[in-house]
Amino acid sequence: MVDLSINCAGIKSPNPFWLASAPPSNSAYQNCKAFEQGWGGTVWKTIGEPVMNVFNRYGGLNYNGQKIFGLNNIELISDRPIEVNLKEITETKKLWSDRAVVVSLMVESKRETWHDIVKRTIDTGCDGIELNYGCPHGMSERGMGAAVGQVPEYCQMITEWVTEISTIPVIVKLTPNVSNIQLPARAAKAAGANAISLINTINSIIGVDLDTFELKPNVGGLGGHGGYAGPAVKPIALHLLSQVAIDSEVNLPISGIGGISNWRDALEFILLGASSVQVCTAVMHHGFRIVEDMIEGMSNWMESKGFSSLDQVRGKSLPRINDFGNFDLLNKTIARIDQSKCIHCNLCYIACEDAAHQCIDLTQENGNSQTEVREKDCVGCALCSLVCPVERCISMTRIDDGSASRTWNQLTEEFKKAGKPLTWENLAEFQHKHGIEIH
Amino acid sequence: MKNIAPQLPAEQYEKNFAELHPPFTYNSALIEANRCLYCYDSPCMKACPTHIDISTFIKKIASENLLGSAKTILQSNWVALTCAKACPVKVLCEGACVYNNKDEKPIEIGRLQRFAIDNYFAKGMPPLFRKAKKKGKTIGIVGSGPAGLACGAELAILGYDVTIYESSDIPGGLNTWGIAPYKLRREDSLKEVELVKSFGVEIKTGVMIGKTIQVDELLKKHDAVFLGVGLGESPQLSLPGEELSGVIGALEFIEKVKTENWKNVQVGKKVAVIGAGNTSIDAATESKRLGAEQVFILYRRSNIEMSAYDFEYDLAKKDGIVFHFLTSPKKIIGDKFVEGIECIKMKLGEPDIKGKRKPVPITGSEFILPVDMVIKAIGQETKSNFLNSISGLTIDDEGCVVVDQESYQTTNPKIFAGGDCINGGKEVVNAAHDGKRAAHGIDKYLTNK
Repeated sequence: MVDLSINCAGIKSPNPFWLASAPPSNSAYQNCKAFEQGWGGTVWKTIGEPVMNVFNRYGGLNYNGQKIFGLNNIELISDRPIEVNLKEITETKKLWSDRAVVVSLMVESKRETWHDIVKRTIDTGCDGIELNYGCPHGMSERGMGAAVGQVPEYCQMITEWVTEISTIPVIVKLTPNVSNIQLPARAAKAAGANAISLINTINSIIGVDLDTFELKPNVGGLGGHGGYAGPAVKPIALHLLSQVAIDSEVNLPISGIGGISNWRDALEFILLGASSVQVCTAVMHHGFRIVEDMIEGMSNWMESKGFSSLDQVRGKSLPRINDFGNFDLLNKTIARIDQSKCIHCNLCYIACEDAAHQCIDLTQENGNSQTEVREKDCVGCALCSLVCPVERCISMTRIDDGSASRTWNQLTEEFKKAGKPLTWENLAEFQHKHGIEIH
Repeated sequence: MKNIAPQLPAEQYEKNFAELHPPFTYNSALIEANRCLYCYDSPCMKACPTHIDISTFIKKIASENLLGSAKTILQSNWVALTCAKACPVKVLCEGACVYNNKDEKPIEIGRLQRFAIDNYFAKGMPPLFRKAKKKGKTIGIVGSGPAGLACGAELAILGYDVTIYESSDIPGGLNTWGIAPYKLRREDSLKEVELVKSFGVEIKTGVMIGKTIQVDELLKKHDAVFLGVGLGESPQLSLPGEELSGVIGALEFIEKVKTENWKNVQVGKKVAVIGAGNTSIDAATESKRLGAEQVFILYRRSNIEMSAYDFEYDLAKKDGIVFHFLTSPKKIIGDKFVEGIECIKMKLGEPDIKGKRKPVPITGSEFILPVDMVIKAIGQETKSNFLNSISGLTIDDEGCVVVDQESYQTTNPKIFAGGDCINGGKEVVNAAHDGKRAAHGIDKYLTNK
């Protein structure tokens, strides 16, 4: 039997799947319904300053007929009074003691105001606090949300106001709208935060209507930047997560967020160091019911791989994150086409011909087109294997034996020692020696 | 006819002749278009006799560039709506779709083509093509079927003055008169006629070349002539009883059905269709859909040899048509009206030199099938009398006009030909291709003259 339970900075839940602080976690009704369906935890939609939403607040990005490949929102924090939320949180936690109930907070940048809200939040019996430093619209203009997350000093100062009185774990939620995610993460650490969660939404305009010239979403003819989320942002989230996870100056548990739609996505976040994962857009698209597959799929995967606990999985891929300078320049891979699987769409040919290195030949054989890689010219870029619509038809095959391994860092060091400047000629000599022809 | 099938309620006819392949909705078309892999040098394009750049027109649907999509299609094929609905796509473009190699459902190319062209007509045929400068030369086209229309449209775009002569009062040829209504309605064919007319092509209907106007006159009047006359009547069975009331040729029958005046098309309660080609299937299923109680298809060979496509065979079986394979008619029985058909069972003999197994009657196996109507669907005769009357033409043993493979020029240099009259009866798409290619043959001929 596999155990999916997690402990993220002292916040425990029976599985790693939490609702992100967002519309699905807005009320006791919703959070309790989610728990009934199996969600391991929730980050209650941010409570704080009085706000009022506009009516139309979401924009969807569709891709090739698929709806909501990305989702943009200009919704604000909870538009219900603090008292109502705190009462519902208390009731929810009483009913669901085994689930993680984390409360997201955002108030004006005053120490007393933060002290007051933190104390009242702890009184609900909740398991943790998440500080919303990420909301990129509406709140940031009022000096909150991303306006805090983008300035490490503010981030540290406000986090200190919270940690100095909090008796429960404090998670700092980071905005991706920065040039170096490690700086606000370090600031949070320095201020005594117990965990980091990321990413919040990315600044975005979802699109422009070609008939009306209005922006999407359109609020009475006007629009503006909103927060981008959904499957499209996952690669960005994975990167930022990994940057925080490998930073030895941070070294805190992480709750991963950003485009997680199923157990496979969730595992990728966990493999890159996440303890829990938070989900919003997938629930907004399909409802709470998706968690059943998430739990079952992850359990089946764990079992098939021989893992019994997520502790064995967490961060397993992190050691593989490295710098370009440490990649082996002589790790030669080339594309090989399995002709028995080829369906003759010729997409590999045109991609290589127009966009890569012109090393696939297109010929006619018995009335069928045939594509063949000229191996001596193939640079192993993998584009053909990516465009191929057939699984495992084009495989990237390693053809060197590893004996001549050389990284860029090693090579430039060797040049230095030998007194060779880094010139095209010297580089070509090295390439030639190892049978690499660039043309 | 002795026993006429009772008329059906009007809505039943509409139901019976409703489209086999209904149109895509906007969103479903986009989803299907997005499923297309956009192959490079795609096999579907090669499989299409008119070589429509299929993956490109589908990509344009996906990007919602619907006018551009229609343009890509029409560039290659002037009767693209008829082809979208009547082409045997399973053996052409869709049969060549690479998804077949992947054991996945091929792209519904026919329905997507229809989607783009339907939209083009719904938008009122906005101009997509620029006509070349007037050449001051005139071309006469005989027949307004797909070959004649394609040839006329292409020539008009090239700058020629074109007149099409059509013997019927309603133009379109077999596109209008010969395609089962559940595949294509007459109005669709007429939309394509309108498109061709919009390029300035004049269509004179009710003009029978060889009667109203002589061919020599045409040759005098025009710089070149294109023959797209198609085929003629159903041949005689040469069986006793063929003159009885209730015996009809398949095309004559289908033409009546195509008037869409369903209740006035008489059909017997029990119908025998002789022959097992695609036209036989049309005649049989149409009889059934008009209210015939029992419809038989009689064929002297087996289902392996029959020329009907598999999907047509399936359609007939779904309609409850009963096939009598290895069965040959001997005599149509009746006094004044058809009352039955005497048949004899056949067996297939040894393969001849060509590998074809000749059916041989089984002595004493005669039986009588009681029917009220006999539909002859054993092919069409060529218009050999008409064609033979034109000086300088060469007609082959099959009765087809001999043309140059590239230019479609006949042995009379001023006359070009295409469509069924040169191939003995193929698909609409082949005729469309012939007509277009012949237009370029004519252009080359007149330019170099």
